[in-house]
Amino acid sequence: MYTLTGLKLKNPTILAAGVLGTTGASLCRVAREGGAGAVVTKSIGPAPKTGHPNPSMIRLDCGFLNAMGLPNPSYPGFLQELEFAKENSAAPVIASIFGGTPSEFAEVAEGLLPSKPDAFELNVSCPHAEGYGAAIGSNPCLVEAVTAAVKDVVNVPVWVKLTPNVADITCIGNAAESGGADAVVAINTVKGMAIDIESGFPVLGNRSGGLSGKAVKPVAIKCVYDLYTALEIPVIGVGGVSSWKDAVEMMMAGAAAVQVGSAVYDRVDVFSEIDSGIEAFLRRKGYSDIKKIIGLAHEVV
Amino acid sequence: MLPLNAIITQITEESPLVRTFFFDHRFEDMEPGQFVMVWVRGVDEVPMGLSRNNSITVQKVGEATSKLFELKEGDSFGLRGPFGKGFTLPAKDEKLLIIAGGVGAAPLSPYAEAASAAGAEVNTVLGARNAGDLLFEERFEALGKVYVSTDDGSKGVKGFVTDALKNLDVAAYDRIAVCGPEIMMASVFRLLEEKKVLEKSEFSLHRYFKCGIGVCGACCIDQSGLRVCKDGPVFSGVQLIGSELGKYSRDASGRRVKI
Ligand SMILES: Cc1cc2nc3c(=O)[nH]c(=O)nc-3n(C[C@H](O)[C@H](O)[C@H](O)COP(=O)(O)OP(=O)(O)OC[C@H]3O[C@@H](n4cnc5c(N)ncnc54)[C@H](O)[C@@H]3O)c2cc1C
Ligand SMILES: Cc1cc2nc3c(=O)[nH]c(=O)nc-3n(C[C@H](O)[C@H](O)[C@H](O)COP(=O)(O)O)c2cc1C
Ligand code: FES
Repeated sequence: MYTLTGLKLKNPTILAAGVLGTTGASLCRVAREGGAGAVVTKSIGPAPKTGHPNPSMIRLDCGFLNAMGLPNPSYPGFLQELEFAKENSAAPVIASIFGGTPSEFAEVAEGLLPSKPDAFELNVSCPHAEGYGAAIGSNPCLVEAVTAAVKDVVNVPVWVKLTPNVADITCIGNAAESGGADAVVAINTVKGMAIDIESGFPVLGNRSGGLSGKAVKPVAIKCVYDLYTALEIPVIGVGGVSSWKDAVEMMMAGAAAVQVGSAVYDRVDVFSEIDSGIEAFLRRKGYSDIKKIIGLAHEVV
Repeated sequence: MLPLNAIITQITEESPLVRTFFFDHRFEDMEPGQFVMVWVRGVDEVPMGLSRNNSITVQKVGEATSKLFELKEGDSFGLRGPFGKGFTLPAKDEKLLIIAGGVGAAPLSPYAEAASAAGAEVNTVLGARNAGDLLFEERFEALGKVYVSTDDGSKGVKGFVTDALKNLDVAAYDRIAVCGPEIMMASVFRLLEEKKVLEKSEFSLHRYFKCGIGVCGACCIDQSGLRVCKDGPVFSGVQLIGSELGKYSRDASGRRVKI
């Protein structure tokens, strides 16, 4: 058992938002078959959205590009999925939510409360949805206001997911902490684009999108490293983790737990694999507790 | 992978609303039943089963497919794939029953041909709205018996494929492969369940695909949470027991829609 912002996880690996999180059954599958210690839903908003036209995701040699455009059935439409996940998943279920204003965030959080999510994750970091996500997440005042508005209406932990597409991520992290966040999650995708040279067309339906997977790991490590120093609250690391080695590296940078997104492309049970890899590493190195490696990179130099 | 640039080499009119587009690339290693994501640039990217290792067969239903129908030989579209899990190839001397409805015949015809080449005996139940809409009848006829059904009775049994199926002893087959409109697949599913032959069957499902590569979760089915784009589109009948098949699917926003 592993405790994170009061939630009991069976291991420190968590399914990242927007990945295999559209349906309750899929979230349960990742928890059960995949071995995730907790799962985060697709980001849910105030009204139904079909997202951007396809192509909405492509695999590159170095990672993945996506511009899904926050497709979601709205919070009333998602209640039955969340309920199913809560009833059938042994692991905590975290509801990822988004809105265009602090009051919209609060409305969505309150709307999902009847299905009893174990925590909320505020998406103030999606790089490709006009008026949402990073449009809020690059403004510290708005991040603080959104966090405070959700904290006001819920009595479960609130995590705030940050964008790396800002000059100084610690300034945004501080704003979340001031707003009352229980943890920050770093990072969402890094702005990116690909062009089809045969036709000149940008490949993504939305033209540009967000980079994830292997390519962003060094960016994520640096963000987590900086946030660990700047904040009191836990930092949850995400970005390019696909093996136990990546997870250990992220934890040494300061991550209290690790989310995994794109790597489900290779195998859904990547979570169990990472967890047992971390366990074996701790045993081999003689660490009595996983906490001994969290932030280790700050202590050795 | 970035989409490859597929140049149209030939277009065949199969029926008023169905065309086959041959392209200048062969997916040599394709498993019949696998699909490609077809990028109609500037419009949309949609999944299509491979009807040969160098063709897709498309029914005109909406924006992307209408735009495809405007393309001519020498024009191009983007292609990614092949993706997903196809049909299981039968062993030599096995008896295979193909059950195809409408454009569902597209992924089943290369399967029937591969199965026949592997030494299986292949019979087909082929259904469509009317005689003119029957797809790939000659390709199936070249391999074995074909039992036809049409909604209007213009050829074969009048009614649905399940009506043609009633006259057949499904238990005599070693494998049964199904693809077609979901209502049809659901009634075939019930029939095979009644006859207790579900474990011999495979169904190719259709759900809304966003990423198409198993990451986003848009295409997951209840209650298993399996992804149609990566764990399917072909599933064994046993995997679909108690599933959402024939009941509901989800639209692009993830909202449930009744079938
Ligand atoms: C695995 C698979 C294989 C398929 N193989 C074939 C085939 O061989 N031949 C063929 O004609 N059709 C096939 N289809 C169906 C085809 O993908 C849709 O008919 C097509 O996407 C319609 O696009 P549109 O823009 O013309 O229609 P739209 O007007 O956009 O939509 C019409 C209907 O098409 C479906 N659709 C639209 N976009 C998608 C999408 N991204 N993913 C899934 N469904 C969608 C929806 O059910 C929608 O209601 C297949 C679908 C799947 C999932
Ligand atoms: C297809 C896809 C959809 C995503 N959707 C969301 C989302 O809805 N909300 C969110 O906060 N992050 C979303 N993300 C970002 C991921 O949660 C994660 O932060 C990012 O992909 C980096 O992690 P990774 O390299 O492990 O994928 C999405 C990522 C992908 C690949
Ligand atoms: S369409 Fe994204 S997982 Fe299947």
